[in-house]
Amino acid sequence: MGNLIKIAFRNLSRQRRRTLLTVAIISVGVIAVLLFSALSGAFKNMMIGQITDSMLGHLQIHTKGYVSSLDNLPLNKVISEKQMKRIDEILKGIPQVEAYSKRILMGGMLSNYLETTNVKIAGINPNDEAIVTPLLTSRIKEGKMLEKGEILLPELVTKGMGLKVGQDIVLIVNNADGSVNGQNLKISGIIESVVGPTGKYGYIHIDDAKTVLRMSEPQYSEIALRLKTIGSLEKVFGIISQKLSTMKNKQDMPLFEVHTWEKLSPFYNIAQMIDLMALFINVLLIAIVLISILNVMIMAVYERMKEIGTLAAIGTLPDKIRTMFLLEGLFLGFFGSAVGSIIGVFVIIIVKFSHFTIAFGRNENILLDPSIPFKQMLFITAISTVVAVIASLQPAIKASRMNPIESLRHG
Amino acid sequence: METVIDLKHVSKTYKLGEVDVPALKDINVEIEEGTFVSFIGPSGSGKTTLLNLIGALDTASGGTLMIAGSDPAVLKNRERAKFRGENIGFIFQDFNLISVLTVYENVEYPLLMVKETPKIKRKEIVESLLKKVDMLEHKDKYPSQLSGGQKQRIAVARALTTSPRIVLADEPTANLDHDTAFMVINLMKKMRDESGVTFVFSTHDTKIVGEADVIHTIEDGVIQKSEKVTHG
Repeated sequence: MGNLIKIAFRNLSRQRRRTLLTVAIISVGVIAVLLFSALSGAFKNMMIGQITDSMLGHLQIHTKGYVSSLDNLPLNKVISEKQMKRIDEILKGIPQVEAYSKRILMGGMLSNYLETTNVKIAGINPNDEAIVTPLLTSRIKEGKMLEKGEILLPELVTKGMGLKVGQDIVLIVNNADGSVNGQNLKISGIIESVVGPTGKYGYIHIDDAKTVLRMSEPQYSEIALRLKTIGSLEKVFGIISQKLSTMKNKQDMPLFEVHTWEKLSPFYNIAQMIDLMALFINVLLIAIVLISILNVMIMAVYERMKEIGTLAAIGTLPDKIRTMFLLEGLFLGFFGSAVGSIIGVFVIIIVKFSHFTIAFGRNENILLDPSIPFKQMLFITAISTVVAVIASLQPAIKASRMNPIESLRHG
Repeated sequence: METVIDLKHVSKTYKLGEVDVPALKDINVEIEEGTFVSFIGPSGSGKTTLLNLIGALDTASGGTLMIAGSDPAVLKNRERAKFRGENIGFIFQDFNLISVLTVYENVEYPLLMVKETPKIKRKEIVESLLKKVDMLEHKDKYPSQLSGGQKQRIAVARALTTSPRIVLADEPTANLDHDTAFMVINLMKKMRDESGVTFVFSTHDTKIVGEADVIHTIEDGVIQKSEKVTHG
């Protein structure tokens, strides 16, 4: 095999320019794939981070049917204090859960004594919420995080009504039995709106939410969870779903439902689209490698027909002739993808340290952090090499099956 | 002496569309081991076809061939390749050296690819052959750096690397000038004398054919005359 490798190398050096061009084409393809994968991966992670860290959390727990009627923010599909205690026990027993935040969601009206507008409000514990959605505070454009007796309002509402930080407003809501209640609150801050569910919500303290809804005991609309690593999402989802499935109503139906951020956010489809595009770029790379190698190897076999005839005549076995051509294809693919991977990594590092920023939603200058996992780089190198060998297969088989007499007559 | 090539009533017919074109008709030849045999005839007389049959590169349409004790017609492609590698050396009109390999590597090649031989033994065989053909000092050159005569000397050495029983040379001097042609024929003869290998060559050059021990004259696919040559 060592001799075949040596001869294959020598054969590639015959047409140096063509070999270098083929290696360069494959390298450029690999660089493009690596760069696209790194940038699209960084964009996807940033997007997921923005969505989960600024409002949704990684997972949410609701009573059965709450999410399907989310637009109404029903107050009769809530998690009772007793149920919450059981859920507390379950969540505290899962080490992957970093924190969770209980929320009371409600629809209401907001009045500045001159004008009134509809508003959706989330009652939160600011300390818990800061851990579960760490980007929430960064969304505050003016003012500060709320305390008891204060309200954080979305920018769209404050602009429309001309509200300012520090101003008093009245929040009017219907409680579960239909009676109307109101509460005076001071605007602690103005929060920028983001696209997606709860992206245009105002926030009040959970104790104020209990007061305005006249709750004798706390009843929660949802529990938002943050995991230590998002990679454990599916696992934790499975654990919580399984544990909560044991809690059933009188009709023996599950009381709760668990959703990952993917099910709650329309951006999951965009994330999937990015993955699809990355796959398409990979297919394009495979096509580049396949066509380049096939073209080069067909030419090589045609040019060396007389030599193949000589090799066959002096007794070289067909499988050795086949292996020789396969090795040439393998080296072209391997060196093309290896060189491409090395340059690709350097390009990614340059992009990373050039602090490339993009605008997403209403956020300007979001820093992209492109990176490529080593496993993915290895995979791309391996797939290019394997495709190169596959592309060489047909010309190699053709060479090994050539009639020596006809080959010797050639050229 | 043992018969190393035995052809009985051998014929070869090519199909040209619907037409059968006979290339060889009723060839009967016996060649003894260690002889220096020449087939002479004009272009298209069937010399190359006959050497292709003897060299197990092609199969006959009729008759029987026994080459080095085997009938190549019964062998499958792979077995025929193996048979060639073990029993037959080839010298071509166009030298057919592998351009990316050096002189040394070209001669070494059959030992690597055909008859896997340990490195030390390979070195011994290759250097000995290069010395015999007076090309040892050129061992690191590439074929493109050699003259026609030098290339054919390398081809002679390569043909002998695997110690075959028969060396077939199809018009080995066709691309060489007269003096170089004589030099190559004499080299082949010298190698025959030293190794005892049977050399069979085809030519249309009447001046060099006299160097052979046996001359078979072939015309229109038929052996017209076979004569033994007595060298003074």
